Amino acid sequence: MSLILLFEQILNGLQSGVMLFLMSAGLTLIFGVMGLINLAHGSLYMVGAFAAASVAAATGSFTLALIAALAASAIAGVLVEVIVIRRLYARDHLDQVLATFALILIFSEGTRWAFGSFPLYLDVPAALSGPVHLPGGIAYPAYRLAIIGIGFAVAAALFLLIAKTRIGMRIRAGESDREMIGALGVNISVLYTAVFALGAALAGFAGALVGAIQSVQVGMGEPVLILAFVTIVIGGIGSIRGALVGALLVGLTDTLGRVLLPLAFGVFMDPSSATSIGGALSSMSIYILMAGVLLFKPTGLYGSA
Amino acid sequence: MGRREIILNTALALGLLAVPLWAHFADQPYIITLTTRVAILALAGVGLNLALGLGGLVSLGHAMFFGIGGYAVGILASHAQSYMPLMEWPLTIEGTQFMPLTWIVAVIASGIVALVAGALSLRTSGVYFIMITLAFGQMFYYFTISWPAYGGEDGLSIYVRGQFPGLNTLVPIQFFLITYALLGLALFMVARITRSGFGLALNAARQNETRVRAVGIEPYRLRLAAFAVSGAITGLSGALFADLNRFVSPAMFSWQTSGEIMVFVILGGVARLFGPVAGAALFILLEEVLGGVSDYWHIYLGFLLLLVVLFARGGLIGLLAGEEKSDG
Repeated sequence: MSLILLFEQILNGLQSGVMLFLMSAGLTLIFGVMGLINLAHGSLYMVGAFAAASVAAATGSFTLALIAALAASAIAGVLVEVIVIRRLYARDHLDQVLATFALILIFSEGTRWAFGSFPLYLDVPAALSGPVHLPGGIAYPAYRLAIIGIGFAVAAALFLLIAKTRIGMRIRAGESDREMIGALGVNISVLYTAVFALGAALAGFAGALVGAIQSVQVGMGEPVLILAFVTIVIGGIGSIRGALVGALLVGLTDTLGRVLLPLAFGVFMDPSSATSIGGALSSMSIYILMAGVLLFKPTGLYGSA
Repeated sequence: MGRREIILNTALALGLLAVPLWAHFADQPYIITLTTRVAILALAGVGLNLALGLGGLVSLGHAMFFGIGGYAVGILASHAQSYMPLMEWPLTIEGTQFMPLTWIVAVIASGIVALVAGALSLRTSGVYFIMITLAFGQMFYYFTISWPAYGGEDGLSIYVRGQFPGLNTLVPIQFFLITYALLGLALFMVARITRSGFGLALNAARQNETRVRAVGIEPYRLRLAAFAVSGAITGLSGALFADLNRFVSPAMFSWQTSGEIMVFVILGGVARLFGPVAGAALFILLEEVLGGVSDYWHIYLGFLLLLVVLFARGGLIGLLAGEEKSDG
């Protein structure tokens, strides 16, 4: 395999990694601050993608589509938090899993009812539709490169928000001692709603960005949700840094495994069985990665018990 | 178990038998098949309930065992149909459609996988446990999708239902009676386990791990054993499901299947012996009734589930039989 192809695959891995980070950051924040498992996080990703696709179809503007995605998913997040989620904070994880599973059913079937079963398409903005020529004679799609840039920018902004601002301070305080910040006069229920809306908006943003690469369809959130869970488990639940490291690890393992494993088995096997064994193993590779990490660190790379 | 719950359980057991018997004489094979599905899915729930209700282990990966049981039957049947041995070295293993044998294979295979997956997963707890069981299930899901030898994404058809000595399994009521008997057996076994020293210790470990450790019992072993038995029971249900549909597919492994098995348990009532039976019956009933009303019946199911979680926490049995008092 040529080095150029390998380099392209690394970029693809980075791109899927930063998207995964946008999903996982919200998931891990919500878990860290409120102790809540939200299976419906993938639905918010889907809401963002559908909002972006329908606004882009109506206006033709990609920027408006992104704004719509942020707004729609944040609003959906607030509604879900106020109506359902806030009743679940004090419950055990089993109730949370079940109630948010119910939310998935409602969101998926509701979207199918409103938009039908056929996928929608979201076009890559014209300015970013061509390739970018990187040093070494590599032509890489500009849009994917932009996603990598945006992803890292959002990650940096999120770190700043949490490390430097007053809201971030409250979020961190909420992670370590819930009762205490309530006693200090912080309005916890507003804080929780805000964190939930932030997580939802990040997921919706990821959905809109990815929607231009894949098709926008009902059920698109679930595979990503599982990947995001794997990510935060590897990184350590509740840790933003863990989510970033985990997301990049998962993105790179997944992308590179698909290319490299069949080649690696091809060295000592006939091509057709190398393709099938390599393919089967690569689709399991991130779960093997996760099992491996948990074997040595049962609470993930950056997690605490 | 209170008196009302015993009466309720008896009514459920008799009702589950009476409906298909009536359907048999009224010549309604569809209803018999529907009740057979209830019995099989209830069996999957009985398996999960042992880990979830008694052991407090929230497994979101039980589809893994359901799928392994199903594929055990599917793979053995496909080899029996093609007369190709499953393996020839070091000893020849032929495919088979002899039900009791396929059940044993399904139970052993899913039990072993449950033992290995459980040994790894139980090193963690809480959310990590939920997530790692979910990931194990996904591992098998993607494996079956990308493994072409047994149908890959398209699944595997079983052309003839497995055979049981003295019965004609293609007659709906006879196949139903087999599933009913196995469900009864599993319920009896779980009831015995619950009252045994092992079950009491497991229950205690769920309620207060520190105290159980203090009296010298290691919760890890109890939970691992419970998880393995739980996986094996769900595996048996997968085997029956494969014979019912005469088809297995990667969907059996999907995390939605795990979610549905959990829904049976919770709709019916967690840690109640007949909870999964009530839950599976209610689920199939809703699927039939709401599915007839609207194509989007999952929305209603979603709202109903939400109501059960938020307001009726004991599930159907809890609602009808009252709160369990001894349970802390």
